[in-house]
Amino acid sequence: MRIKKKWLVVSVMLAALVSAAGVYLSRVNIPLLEPKGPIADKEFRLLLIITGAMLVVVIPVFLLLAYVVWRYREDNPKHGQYVPDWDHSRWLEGLWWVIPTILILIVSIITWNASYALNPYRPILTNKKALVVQAVSLDWKWLFIYPAQHIASLNLVEFPLKTPVHFYLTSDAPMNSFWLPQLSGQIYTMAGMQTQLYLASDIIGNFTGRSANLSGVGFAGMQFSARSVSVASFASWVNQIRHHSPRLSLSVYRSLEKPSTYVPFKEYSNPAKGLFNDIIAKYMTPNRDHNIRLIEGIGL
Amino acid sequence: MSHSLISTFGGFLGRLSLKWLPHDPITASGAIMLAAVPIAVALFITYTKRWKWIYREWLTTQDPKRIGIMYIIIAILMGLRGLADVIMVRTQQAVSVGSNHGILSASHFQQVISAHGTIMIFFVAMGLMFGIINLIVPLQIGARDVAFPFLNATGFWLFFAGMALINISLLIGDFSATGWLAYPPLSELKYSPTVGVDYWIWSLEIAGIGSLLAGINFVVTILKKRVKGMKLMKMPLFCWSVLGSMSLVIFAFPILTVTLTLLALDRTLGMHFFTSGHGGNMMMYVNLIWAWGHPEVYILVLPAFGVYSEIAAVFSRKKLFGYVSMVWAIWAIVILSFIVWLHHFFTMGAGSNVNAFFGIMTMIIAVPTGVKLFNWLFTMYKGKLNMKTPLYWLIAFVVVFTIGGMAGVLMAVPPIDFQLHNSLFLVAHFHMMIVSGVLFGYFAGIAYWYPKFLGYRLNERLGRYAFWSWLVGFLLAFIPLYILGFMGATRRLDHYSASLGWQPLFIVAAIGVVFIILGVVLQILQLIVSIWQRNGELKVGHDPWDGRTLEWSLPTPIPAYNFARLPEVSTRDAYWNAKKVKYIDRRPYEDIEMPKNSPLGMVIAGGALIFGFAFVWHIWWLVIVGLLVSVFGLIYRSMDEHTEYTLPASDVKQMEQMRASGGGI
Amino acid sequence: MSEISPGLDLAKADQLIERHEKDATTVFGFWVYLMTDCVLFASLFATFAVLRNNTFGGPSGATLFSLPYALAETLALLTSSFTCGLALLAAQAKRKTQTLVWFMITFGLGLTFLVLELSEFHKFVAMGDSWRRSGFLSAYFTLVGTHGLHITIGLLWMVVMMLFIYKRGLNRLSLKRIRMLSMFWHFLDVVWIFIFTIVYLFGALHA
Repeated sequence: MRIKKKWLVVSVMLAALVSAAGVYLSRVNIPLLEPKGPIADKEFRLLLIITGAMLVVVIPVFLLLAYVVWRYREDNPKHGQYVPDWDHSRWLEGLWWVIPTILILIVSIITWNASYALNPYRPILTNKKALVVQAVSLDWKWLFIYPAQHIASLNLVEFPLKTPVHFYLTSDAPMNSFWLPQLSGQIYTMAGMQTQLYLASDIIGNFTGRSANLSGVGFAGMQFSARSVSVASFASWVNQIRHHSPRLSLSVYRSLEKPSTYVPFKEYSNPAKGLFNDIIAKYMTPNRDHNIRLIEGIGL
Repeated sequence: MSHSLISTFGGFLGRLSLKWLPHDPITASGAIMLAAVPIAVALFITYTKRWKWIYREWLTTQDPKRIGIMYIIIAILMGLRGLADVIMVRTQQAVSVGSNHGILSASHFQQVISAHGTIMIFFVAMGLMFGIINLIVPLQIGARDVAFPFLNATGFWLFFAGMALINISLLIGDFSATGWLAYPPLSELKYSPTVGVDYWIWSLEIAGIGSLLAGINFVVTILKKRVKGMKLMKMPLFCWSVLGSMSLVIFAFPILTVTLTLLALDRTLGMHFFTSGHGGNMMMYVNLIWAWGHPEVYILVLPAFGVYSEIAAVFSRKKLFGYVSMVWAIWAIVILSFIVWLHHFFTMGAGSNVNAFFGIMTMIIAVPTGVKLFNWLFTMYKGKLNMKTPLYWLIAFVVVFTIGGMAGVLMAVPPIDFQLHNSLFLVAHFHMMIVSGVLFGYFAGIAYWYPKFLGYRLNERLGRYAFWSWLVGFLLAFIPLYILGFMGATRRLDHYSASLGWQPLFIVAAIGVVFIILGVVLQILQLIVSIWQRNGELKVGHDPWDGRTLEWSLPTPIPAYNFARLPEVSTRDAYWNAKKVKYIDRRPYEDIEMPKNSPLGMVIAGGALIFGFAFVWHIWWLVIVGLLVSVFGLIYRSMDEHTEYTLPASDVKQMEQMRASGGGI
Repeated sequence: MSEISPGLDLAKADQLIERHEKDATTVFGFWVYLMTDCVLFASLFATFAVLRNNTFGGPSGATLFSLPYALAETLALLTSSFTCGLALLAAQAKRKTQTLVWFMITFGLGLTFLVLELSEFHKFVAMGDSWRRSGFLSAYFTLVGTHGLHITIGLLWMVVMMLFIYKRGLNRLSLKRIRMLSMFWHFLDVVWIFIFTIVYLFGALHA
């Protein structure tokens, strides 16, 4: 009787905990479970499929464990048959070599295909032309350069909805990882190297992105906003910046290179020509003329 | 650059100066507490006049049983330090929201997380593992000693020296703030100019070489020192798992040695292995460190699997199910663990085929691991479960490890990993694997083998309370982290915005840590109460669990030479079968060769400690002193031809008779 | 030492067998150690392969290395390996003086190799092409330097070995150690062949 009371208390506590968690979780934003773009959406579906496949093995394991522990306890009056020398069975062992293998085979095929389909370098198929954005991780902020629009922004990236955004990424600081979970997975940003990432948003909205790789004391503040807006308001945002924001000259860039933390949004017009390539090149080649200006700037 | 080198050559104390003593109250109190422990121990030994005893019986010992106990004591103390780090991390993340920036500065927080990871892996998990291996392997294979006792002792002292160095970093200077694996270029001189990363490098370099020596010793011990009749396929499964793990050590740890050395060369001599620019390649570091780091996970977990295998059989009072499958599963894991390292950085931007290949290899590991799980379950099935603490840990392990493993398979799919990489989901995953797979395993192992060495059991009731506190605390601490990962929270954040809604989950995680602390307190209490009650109801004979393997055939306490007469083995579960036939061994005793004690392992490691400390601070003359101490220790040892002594058969006989008549030794 | 003849104490024979087994175990352990050293060099070769073209405007192997010079180093080391083998044979034949002489010659050749290597390093550094110059040069100096460090350790070991033989003679223990020393020395020779091929030969050919 006492034991039953104990279990009652435990179940009530568990139920309370689970319902409290349920209430809480229904009120907060869980980006990974609420994807708002085609890439994040596919990644989320994949997550569900693989989880389902895994449960095929995991649930039997749990049931079996519960049954075995209950049935074969020494002090269970209804103890099952005791066979101390039963130590192998080709049939059974074969079963748990083969069934998980088949399952992993299926999951492997899914994985192989998904790795190609969701390669971050793979363009999103649509009839719209992709918007090119060059992203640079700095100590400790994100700089976004729009080469075609001749603007740049700090810790803020804006783009029209339902349009593929083609990011080129690098770093002028330790390695960071670019992550905008509601729209796509991560990609590293590394000095002297360039990575790429495609994403798009299905809705108008504000999203939070951040760096996912430790990059020094200001790391926690490497958060940025992503705004998905209508085509018209994107055009007016670009126009606004072009005419009213300060120029991103080389000397302004050099001041941005200096470490700073929790930096607010900033917008710039007319970024120095070839800035993004120069940032990569200065780590790659010591003697090329066109990037000497940057090398001098940071005393590399 | 050359200017700085010359100026450091000039300085008598290199970079070292008083300004590096701790200033802020948290570090200072930590440093004082840390210094207080060895001082208190030293005072206690002086007061009880036990220096001679300590020196003769422990510091110079070559007996793996004693070395094992020293490993475990160090691991427990370091576990407490790692737990102190956890408390700071969980407090910081529970309160550092919005305008509040918490109790630690960002740099301090990052040092704490780096120290936590490094200490828990290298000095707690490795320490517990080597401790149990030293204690059990020779006994289970019917050996009187390991293959290379001096090498083994030196390995332990190098582990100790590495541990000492990482703790000195708390007293003077700072520690690495670059995470437990110190990715460059953040860990390069340009971004981490202080001594922190150097402490990290040299602490792990020294401890790592110790592990390598221990690995060589145990591979050879298991292959060459098994008692006559114990064919490989008749070894206890624990020994198989140790053989797998130690084989990984000898292939993986040289890679760690190289990687750390290259980073040190970058930082000290201005080389360009991993720098950004000058032709360095930072991703090469990431590849190299994980080429060691992924096998390392299996190095830790395989022996714990072995412990679980022993416990499953003994506490089910039934033969281990699927022995042959288990052996194949171990070797499948050993091989596969070397071809999965790239899954730690799918987000590097490698090609689809590369990512897919490594993802699939990773998933395949789930198959042999699953086989092991099913075999444990079927060991229990049709058994007679003796529900004692070790079995509780085993059952909890099966549950937690399965959940963690499922999370692992998810992250093995590259596109899913793009979303979960470096998030708190990952943190929850690997804690579920390592805490349940490694820590719970060694807790179970300690509860299981404790009476073998001490002659009394651990208090069962307190053990079970500790178990439940641990389990509840563990789930409360890590399930919220899975959800936080889905919410976009990355690891290593010292601060976050209030609007993200993360705080309640961080608070739950902090409450989980409170339960874990309670569990640890109960474990300490269990130890104290058990010592208290050791002559009462907890007192047991030499075979309290109805054991199956050779260690349980030995008397408790176990004599230094383990086996007065070497056992005769013809089957698995040798002792279990021997118990069935009443056989009285009447063979004559024989002379036994035993290794003499030697302080030189300690001297060599002492030289390494001096070397490491001096290298951290660029005190070059002292670097040379440390090197000379080690080299001369080694040469001195090599000149000694009489490293063993013979215990005559008559003495063995006398000791055994005294024991049989109840007299102590 | 003593042979087992009928009538000899059986316990003594047992002990001899046991000693022999112990020696075999030590030598096996040394093989395992050599394997770990193999992994160490393999890792360094891998880093060299990754960084070999990262000259960052500095010299490449083709402009830096002189094949005849490297060949001279190779000859010194190969010959030393041969004389080391002769030392082992002499030791097994219990010829103490001969063993010492062959070891001295081996030591001299090893030292020659080391001096050649260090003067090559010195030349490069003096030209301004030190390990700080580029990723390629860092990898070159580290790979070749690690081998050189092993040679240094081998030479130190050889000195200790010679002292040991001189004082204690060619007993069981010194024979065992001579065997391991010669294994070590041959191993370094094999590593050098790889260095010569991959670093110098390919480096000089590959413009």
